[in-house]
Amino acid sequence: MLQLTGIKKKFGNIQVLHGVDLDVRAGEVHALLGENGAGKSTLMKILTGILQPTEGTIRIEGEERKFANYDEAIEAGIGIVFQEFSLIPHLTAVENMFLAREVKNKLGLLDRRAMRERSKEILARLEVDLPLDVPITKLSVAEQQFVEIAKALSLNARILVLDEPTATLTPSEVEHLFKVMRELRKQGVAIIFISHHLEEIFEICDRITVLRDGEFVGDCNVSDVDNDRLVEMMVGRRIENSFPEKPGPRPGAKVMLECEEVQLRKNGPVSQFELREGEILGFAGLVGSGRTETALAMLGAFPATRCKVLVDGEETRFREPAEALAHGIGLLPESRKEQGLITSFSILQNISLNNYGKYRKYHWFIDLKKEMADSEAAMAQVRVKAQGATARVDTLSGGNQQKVVIARWLNHQMKVLIFDEPTRGIDVGAKAEIYQLMREFTAKGYAIIMISSELPEVIGMSDRVCVFRQGGIVATVEGDSINSEEIMTHATTGRVQNVA
Amino acid sequence: MSHNANTADSGKKGGISFGWILHSPLALPLIGLIVVSILMGFASENFFSVSNIMNVLRQVSIVGILAVGMTFVILTGGIDLSVGAVMALSGTIAAGLMVNTGLPGWIALLAGLGVGMGLGLFNGALVAWGRMPAIIVTLATMGIARGFGLLYSGGYPISGIPSWISWFGIGRVGIVPVPVIAMVVIYALAWVLLQRTPFGRHVYAIGGNELAAKLSGVKTQWVKLAVYGISGLTSALAAIILTGRLMSGQPNAGVGFELDAIAAVVLGGTAIAGGRGLILGTLIGAILLGILNNGLNLMGINPYMQDVIKGAIILLAIYIGREW
Repeated sequence: MLQLTGIKKKFGNIQVLHGVDLDVRAGEVHALLGENGAGKSTLMKILTGILQPTEGTIRIEGEERKFANYDEAIEAGIGIVFQEFSLIPHLTAVENMFLAREVKNKLGLLDRRAMRERSKEILARLEVDLPLDVPITKLSVAEQQFVEIAKALSLNARILVLDEPTATLTPSEVEHLFKVMRELRKQGVAIIFISHHLEEIFEICDRITVLRDGEFVGDCNVSDVDNDRLVEMMVGRRIENSFPEKPGPRPGAKVMLECEEVQLRKNGPVSQFELREGEILGFAGLVGSGRTETALAMLGAFPATRCKVLVDGEETRFREPAEALAHGIGLLPESRKEQGLITSFSILQNISLNNYGKYRKYHWFIDLKKEMADSEAAMAQVRVKAQGATARVDTLSGGNQQKVVIARWLNHQMKVLIFDEPTRGIDVGAKAEIYQLMREFTAKGYAIIMISSELPEVIGMSDRVCVFRQGGIVATVEGDSINSEEIMTHATTGRVQNVA
Repeated sequence: MSHNANTADSGKKGGISFGWILHSPLALPLIGLIVVSILMGFASENFFSVSNIMNVLRQVSIVGILAVGMTFVILTGGIDLSVGAVMALSGTIAAGLMVNTGLPGWIALLAGLGVGMGLGLFNGALVAWGRMPAIIVTLATMGIARGFGLLYSGGYPISGIPSWISWFGIGRVGIVPVPVIAMVVIYALAWVLLQRTPFGRHVYAIGGNELAAKLSGVKTQWVKLAVYGISGLTSALAAIILTGRLMSGQPNAGVGFELDAIAAVVLGGTAIAGGRGLILGTLIGAILLGILNNGLNLMGINPYMQDVIKGAIILLAIYIGREW
């Protein structure tokens, strides 16, 4: 039905796909597997005309096709449900399905009845019953997904791409989705299914294609492989980065922070962990597995249903990050631009932002001299390369910006630093420097929680690793168990225990 | 040096040179002020007389003081539409307390300040903890304050207040009108708050990136509460001058003043989205508006036409200055 052959894609000088094949038959559910950054999304964007391949061909039912844009791909019978839905929140299911191609009556007004009837028909084909007259936001995530699928089908899609559809669903919703997928398979629709949850692959898929670092690793029938073989195909052998040496376990290190229970949402899993002096605790897991939310919940920046944290044995529940700061817990957030920096401020002002307690003159005023001196010292400590402390922070490279955010925490009596994706979007040299800094901090007795989607980084830096899946910690590994197979297995198949 | 906050420091480097002014966000407002002044000077020979200049500054003082609070609010990315109505209400209540209850004048004035600041804090609490949009909250407060003023006074001005109150409105120290002195003092205090205290930095930080400020440990909700409180307080301070000038509490005073205050802030180069701007710019913006009013009057231009011209000039100014 669908054949992609030798697809290559280059962004500037970077080759992201090195000749990938994908062969999908009518009436099958085909899994596309690979780690974050393996090239799955790029491949799907090429299939749907959003990106153009540098080389390679796309054939549908044997006929070679080229899609200049998304609309042409839809025309050819390809539908995609993105991870982030493209529904308009305040419109109803019917209005969303017919957005921009509304059915009109003779007067040129909306023919609401016709659209409603047609929506009903399609949803009946999916054997789904959902309210048609309420805004999409009132529907569950799964129902919104069905609307997306129905929208694709209303465009006569014969090839349907589902990009991580189960990432945000509850187990019973996943079941319902699978029922719908089986129904579509019976009707001859070819489904490309992207998921990191391996047991789902075994449950619903017929065949598998695996990508790794933009390379085509292989394809096979689901019945021919087992879990371990799949993980091996996905992870492969890797060259380790140069990480600073781990100092090894510290006997008798005291517990700096004990998280007795965190429950992110109602009826979700409850996590617990402890963080010891001088260690780096990795938070591993797939995107959306609850790592960041758990960290933010501890700081009081995410409304968790339960959150009980002991700092130095004393029970606390922070209402906002300012209170966490007072207890020596700081955050290096995931997105420098949106959560970390005040981009219109100078380096100096970004560093001193939460330090004014120490730069006071006559109690009420900022001691500008001390502010300058201390901030310059902090800059030197994390080795920020810049014209000077008064340079605007948005003139710096990503790595230097990251160091500025780190510097913000240095003049406090910190105990715990939470680094969320500390090396995202920065170059290799700066990465190594950040790793080095992290070890310098732990040597001083800080404890670090490092949230990372890069497996080599988690493995190379962590003394212990908490593996997250579907909103909670499913395993904590240490020592020799910190390896990619072990972590990936927990992250994709670990058992989640939901608690009411 | 960051563009928004520490112009004083950029000046230091150049010694006596004033080249920094060209790179400062104040450059455009200043140029506008100079150009408009020269034009007005040509159009009317009385324009540059000391008495006319003092007159202009006195006329500017009320909107100028309202614009101080407005600057704090806009720097955080908010807006306060209630300043005119809050000013009218606190002036009316202060006058009413003096006339109807025989309360000593200065206590009544303090009560007026309390009313203004209270309403500001009310706005701030709703915006910060109620997570409601500032434009709606302050629009509602505007209606509430205006309505209360009319209810309290029965819709009529309250006159018969002690004569010494007029000192605030029309008194002079030497040749300088008291309202002008008050305005200058309030601007000086605002400058210190914004440029020399942690609070001021937090105001800029919230306007620049509220989420980043919060995650780094800034108590963003308290800062927001405070800026609206300041706006309420400056509204009430303006009310004292107004009451002194009119020698009565006027429940209908100040209609549309919130728009003049916003115009002054924006003409002064403050970004309407927050994070960037200087209090000195607001002063220049307020004076610029005042000169336009005064000059167009001196030229004898039809008042309806004056509104059209002012609107066009504001649009032009914002168009020229839109980069920053």
